[in-house]
Amino acid sequence: MLAGAVCLAIVGLFVGLPVLSLLLSPVGGPLDGNALFDSYIYRVARFTLLQAVASTLLSVAFALPVARAMARQSRFPGRIWLVRLMALPLGLPALVAALGLVEIWGRQGWLNSLWTSVTGAAPISIYGLTGILLAHVFFNMPLAARLMLAGLERLPNEYWRLSANLGMGPVAVFRFVEWPALARLIPGIASLIFMLCATSFTLVLTLGGGPAATTIEVAIYQSLRLDFDPTRAVALSCLQIAFTGALLWIAARFAVVEDDSRTSGQRVRRFDGRSFGARLRDATTLFVFLVFTAAPLVAVVRSGLAADLGRLASDPQVHKALLTSLAIAGAAGVLTVALAASLVRARQQALSRRRAGPSALALASGISASTSLVLLVPPVVLGSGWFLLVRPIGDVATFAPYLVIAVNVLMALPFVVRVLDPAFAQHRSRTARLADSLGLSGWSRIRLIDWPVLKLPFLMAFSFAMALSLGDLGAVALFGSQDMVTLPWLLFSRMGSYRTADAAGLALLLGLICVGLTILGTMRGRAPLEPHHG
Amino acid sequence: MASPVLVLSNTVVDFGATVLSFDCTVSQGEIVAVAGASGSGKSTLFNVIAGFEQLDSGKVSIEGRDVTALEPAQRPVSMVFQDNNLFTHLDIATNIGLGINPALRLTAQERARITEALARVGLAGFEKRRPATLSGGERQRVALARAFVRRQPLLLLDEPFAALDPGLRGDMRQLLRDLHEETGNTILLITHHPDDLVDLADSVLFLNGGRIFAHLPKADFLATDDPATRMFLGATGPRPSADTI
Repeated sequence: MLAGAVCLAIVGLFVGLPVLSLLLSPVGGPLDGNALFDSYIYRVARFTLLQAVASTLLSVAFALPVARAMARQSRFPGRIWLVRLMALPLGLPALVAALGLVEIWGRQGWLNSLWTSVTGAAPISIYGLTGILLAHVFFNMPLAARLMLAGLERLPNEYWRLSANLGMGPVAVFRFVEWPALARLIPGIASLIFMLCATSFTLVLTLGGGPAATTIEVAIYQSLRLDFDPTRAVALSCLQIAFTGALLWIAARFAVVEDDSRTSGQRVRRFDGRSFGARLRDATTLFVFLVFTAAPLVAVVRSGLAADLGRLASDPQVHKALLTSLAIAGAAGVLTVALAASLVRARQQALSRRRAGPSALALASGISASTSLVLLVPPVVLGSGWFLLVRPIGDVATFAPYLVIAVNVLMALPFVVRVLDPAFAQHRSRTARLADSLGLSGWSRIRLIDWPVLKLPFLMAFSFAMALSLGDLGAVALFGSQDMVTLPWLLFSRMGSYRTADAAGLALLLGLICVGLTILGTMRGRAPLEPHHG
Repeated sequence: MASPVLVLSNTVVDFGATVLSFDCTVSQGEIVAVAGASGSGKSTLFNVIAGFEQLDSGKVSIEGRDVTALEPAQRPVSMVFQDNNLFTHLDIATNIGLGINPALRLTAQERARITEALARVGLAGFEKRRPATLSGGERQRVALARAFVRRQPLLLLDEPFAALDPGLRGDMRQLLRDLHEETGNTILLITHHPDDLVDLADSVLFLNGGRIFAHLPKADFLATDDPATRMFLGATGPRPSADTI
């Protein structure tokens, strides 16, 4: 419990210090005086809100028919791969996805060349609001569809038999069965997506066009790194904190979305998708979904393979970036898991006492609150706070690796806690009393009782945290320098300098590593949850 | 003996690992208890009759009409399950109304029938209640009320009283018998309780290993000395006393 308290203090200090310094900075002057400054911030805030609302609406609207078609066709060859495809975009670094989207939808992309050759009109530009919406729908529509599908599959099997037996048509099934189930989920799904889109950084940075299409997150980065205007950065950061605070407050009023695609275990059977018309309609919907989601991925692989991989493999800059990335992500992964494990352990110990004292209860609720505190302060805000704190002390570049690691750790912490908490709770309820009664403690308890059961959740949490850190551009963009180039940062600068072939090769590499780690982190293999007997 | 209402002719369902095959004839107006160990094929038998399972071969006819190729909605069959018979987010009147018109376009007369059916099962005034506010027994009564307004010649009940207390089971059996006498429909009832069988059934379909092992009038079934049947009766109910054997 002492370790837990120390960890909580570390998290609190690391988030609290920069937030305090941001909030206490004297920003009143320019905010009151300069009308231009005001209108800039107003425009940025309005665009942030607007694109997030539009992205959320579009993602939910497109997810609805996909989830329905998927649920209705409960059995067809390759269905499991379509379900996996729904989970894939989230594991992909935003930068890699952006590159893939440009390959398809960009000025030189497949779609635009088709468009211009058929109509002779000018190509459509992906940069600006269109591109941001497209990218947000690419990332969040499959997520929404997956959550909706899980919701539909959780409905009792009797409902489908009953509606078939009563002769309910597609409209009646939607009205009386599907919609009531989805309507309960949509507020939670929408607020999750809204949160992700409102704090989106990388996609807006790469696909946004100029000051007209900039979100608060990107504006913070630009004011720190490009214009060097700390006052504006502070004002924007405070705005972002207020913004996410309001969002979290709203989101907390809706039911929590369970990110759990498992169903009750029963095999779902639908009887309303068997007619030819229904099959044709659902097949069309799912085909469009497949093309929309898979085409950018295919494009990344295709152009990545077309790049001069041999030269990239012998490029010392690539070697250095890869090593830097792996070192940072590895350190971030280990630290996140260690931090999360001691927090989870301390909280459960504090709550398990029959008469928990006030200090134990305070510790437990402090730990629960800390994970949402982290959500309140997006990585770029956290980074800019530290940037401003560290600058008077010395060169930011010397602290850069540690700050990037720390920001990445905090970014991943809420998700990793969510993976470890149930695993710890279950393990504890199964073994704690028996192990105590046998007098098992210390190293032998860890080796014989805890590690064999918890190593899988640990591995999952680690690979998940590592993937998040590997794909992150936000923190590196703030602190990156000549001396510290990570793989996403190298990719970003090669994209910026129009070395497209290099960028494609790097994107493939980064994408493969991250998707591999995510698959490792989210697979629910045959977990050794049952201790061996005999 | 009345005319046959349900005929299964060599219906085969091939699950790969197991092959189930049914062959039987049920007379108009009968109450048939369907018994057998779990895994013996009782649920598959119902799925075959209601059209939820596609046949590999064989034929199903109801009231002399071949329904093998018909969708579940087109078959003159009502179903009541052990649980989840009601859509929990819809009120009781809507749940019953869906049985009259699946798009819920109801005339005033049809609405009156809902009220009537609710009163008939002892739940007068429950129209606007939600399923969650009802007890398990009351929910099953609503399911019976819906079957009642549908007036289908064949009613399939899949362990409808399994989740109820013994006291309630007796009341529900009485209600089922009353509705049966009023509508004259034919009932197939899956049950694990010899009480249901003794109280309600005219005949017994006994399934074993994916086949209809025996279809006997109740008295013959209770008097049989076949070991599998005896084991079913002995293992699940009060052991019959020596003088009944």
